Amino acid sequence: MNFDATTYRVSDVKPVMTKALGAGILGLLLTFAGYFLKSDQFFFSYLVAYLFWVSLALGALFLVLLFHLTGTTWGIVLRRILETVIMVLPYLAIFFIPILLGMHHLYHWSHADVMANDPILSRKAGYLNITFFTIRTLVYFAVWYYIAKKLYKTSLEMDNGATPEQVKTLKKVSAPGMILFALTTTFASFDWIMSLYPHWYSTIFGLYFFSGGLVGMLAFLTWFGLYLRKKGLLKDVITVEHYHDLAKMIFGFIIFWGYMGFSQYLLIWYANIPEETVFYLARWQGSWPVITMTIVFGHFVIPFVALLPRSAKRNLKFLSILSLFVLIMHWIDIFWLVMPVLHKSGIRFCILDLTSFFGIGGFFMWLFWKQFSKHPLTPVGDPRFKESLNYKNL
Amino acid sequence: MKAGKVEGVIAEFENPAALIKAAEQLRDSGYKKFDCHSPFPIHGMDQAMGEKRSILGWIVGPVAFIMVLAGFLFEGWTSTIAYPLVISGKPLFSYQAYGAVAFALMVLTSALVSLVGMLAINKLPRFHHPVFYSERFNRATDDGFFVSVEAQDERFKEEDTAEFLKSIGGREVELLVAND
Repeated sequence: MNFDATTYRVSDVKPVMTKALGAGILGLLLTFAGYFLKSDQFFFSYLVAYLFWVSLALGALFLVLLFHLTGTTWGIVLRRILETVIMVLPYLAIFFIPILLGMHHLYHWSHADVMANDPILSRKAGYLNITFFTIRTLVYFAVWYYIAKKLYKTSLEMDNGATPEQVKTLKKVSAPGMILFALTTTFASFDWIMSLYPHWYSTIFGLYFFSGGLVGMLAFLTWFGLYLRKKGLLKDVITVEHYHDLAKMIFGFIIFWGYMGFSQYLLIWYANIPEETVFYLARWQGSWPVITMTIVFGHFVIPFVALLPRSAKRNLKFLSILSLFVLIMHWIDIFWLVMPVLHKSGIRFCILDLTSFFGIGGFFMWLFWKQFSKHPLTPVGDPRFKESLNYKNL
Repeated sequence: MKAGKVEGVIAEFENPAALIKAAEQLRDSGYKKFDCHSPFPIHGMDQAMGEKRSILGWIVGPVAFIMVLAGFLFEGWTSTIAYPLVISGKPLFSYQAYGAVAFALMVLTSALVSLVGMLAINKLPRFHHPVFYSERFNRATDDGFFVSVEAQDERFKEEDTAEFLKSIGGREVELLVAND
C-alpha cells in the first residue's frame, strides 16, 4: 500500500483486496458446501454472520448521521471510513438472497400450516408472511441506500472545496434520515431476529440490536484505524486524541448496550409472563448459561472496567486488543440471539459459523477497499477538517 | 493577618496569550504557588501552569464501587433477613431487582463525593485571599489578566519576584500588603 500524504489517497491496494476477495470466495464456497451436509446449520450460521456485518454497517450509518446532526469536530477525520462502510451496506442486500431461500429452515412462521393451526400466530399472519417480509426487507435496503448515497456523494463533492449549502444539505438529509434509520433498524431487527421466535415480543429489541451494532462498529473503526496506522496510513491524521474519543464512545455505548439488555431482562423477569420469558428460558437451557454469562461479563463488565482509566483510553496497543475483544463479543451476542432456536439443548459451534463469517466478511472488506481506495481517505474538503486534525482532549 | 505583612505579589498582563507565556516562564523558573486569573477560561492554561491532572477520579471511583456493592448487599439484607416478604412469588433473594437501586445509590454518592471532593481539593469555601488586597484585581472579572505569586512559595522574595514578573512582561506589578 502506498499513501500520498498530500492528496490523502492510497494506491496499490491490490494485495489487500485480493486477500479479502480470496477469503470471501473461499469462505462462501465452503459455507455453501455445508448446505448439502447440514442445511439447517448452514442457514443459521449464515444468518449469524450476515447479521454481524449488517449490524456493523448500520452502526456506521448511525454514526455518520450523528456526526452531521451534532456538528462534531473530532470525528471528521474518521468520517470517510464510515461513509465507505455505509456504501457497502446496500450491497449486503444481495447477500440476503440465501436467507430468503432458506426461510422455511429459519422462520417457522413461514409454514402456512403452522400459522393456520396456531391461534396466536394466525392473528399475526397479516404481518408475518413471506411476501410482506420480502417487501419490507427491500424497503429497508432502499431507505439505507438512499440516505447513504446522498451523504456519501455530498461528502465527496465537498473534497474539492465545500460550500455552506453542502454543509446544510448534509444536516437536512441527516435529520429525517435519523428518524428513518431508527424505524427501519427497529423493524429489521424485529423481522430478521425476533421473528425467529414468532410468539415472543420485546419492544426494546430494536434498540438492543442497534446498540450492539454501534458498539461493534466503534470497535471496528478503532481496530481499522490502528490497522491503517500500522501500515503507515493516516498516521498524523487519526491521532491519539481521536482514539481517545473513540474509546470514550465505546465506553459510553457499552453502557448503553448494557442498559438496553438489562432493561429488557428486568421487565421480562419482573412481569414473568410465559410468552415473554420463553426467550430467556431458551438461553438458560443446557450449556447456554455459559454464553449468557460470557455476554454479561465480556460484553459489559470487562470492557467497562478496562476503559475506565484515562490512560487505558489513550494506550493504542491496549485499544487494538480491546477493540478485537469487543468485536468478538458482538459476534457472540448475535450468536446468542440466533442460535438457541436451532440448538435448543446447548451450545454447538460449527465450522460453518467461521466460514460464513469470513465469506461475507471477505466480500464486505473487498467492496470496502474497492470504494475506499477511489477517493481521499479522509474528508479533506470539510470546512472544519483542519480543526479536526488539531483536535485535543482537555 | 498582621497589617503591613507582604502576602504576595501581583502583575497584570496584556492579553490571554501573554498570560500563558508568563505562566510557562513561572513554571519553568520553579515557582509553585502562583495562580493565573482571567475573566474566562483559557485553553492550554493547565499545561502552561504545569498543573497535574486532578486526583478526584481516583476518589470518586472507589466510592462508586463500594456504594454499588453496599446498595446491593443492603437490599439483599432487607429482603432476606430484616423483612422477608414474598413478592409476586419470587425468591426472597431476587438479586435481579437490586440493580436499579444499587445503581442509583452509586450515582448519588458519586455525585456528592465529586462535589465535596472538588471543593475540598480546591480549598473551598474560603472567605479571603491575598489577591483581594489589590484594588486593580477587581478587573479580573472584567478585562484584566493577572498573575499572582504567594509569599509562601519557596522561591518568593519581594523584590526578586517583582523584578522577575516585570521582566516577563508584567505591568503594574504590585505587592499584596495586608491592610486589615
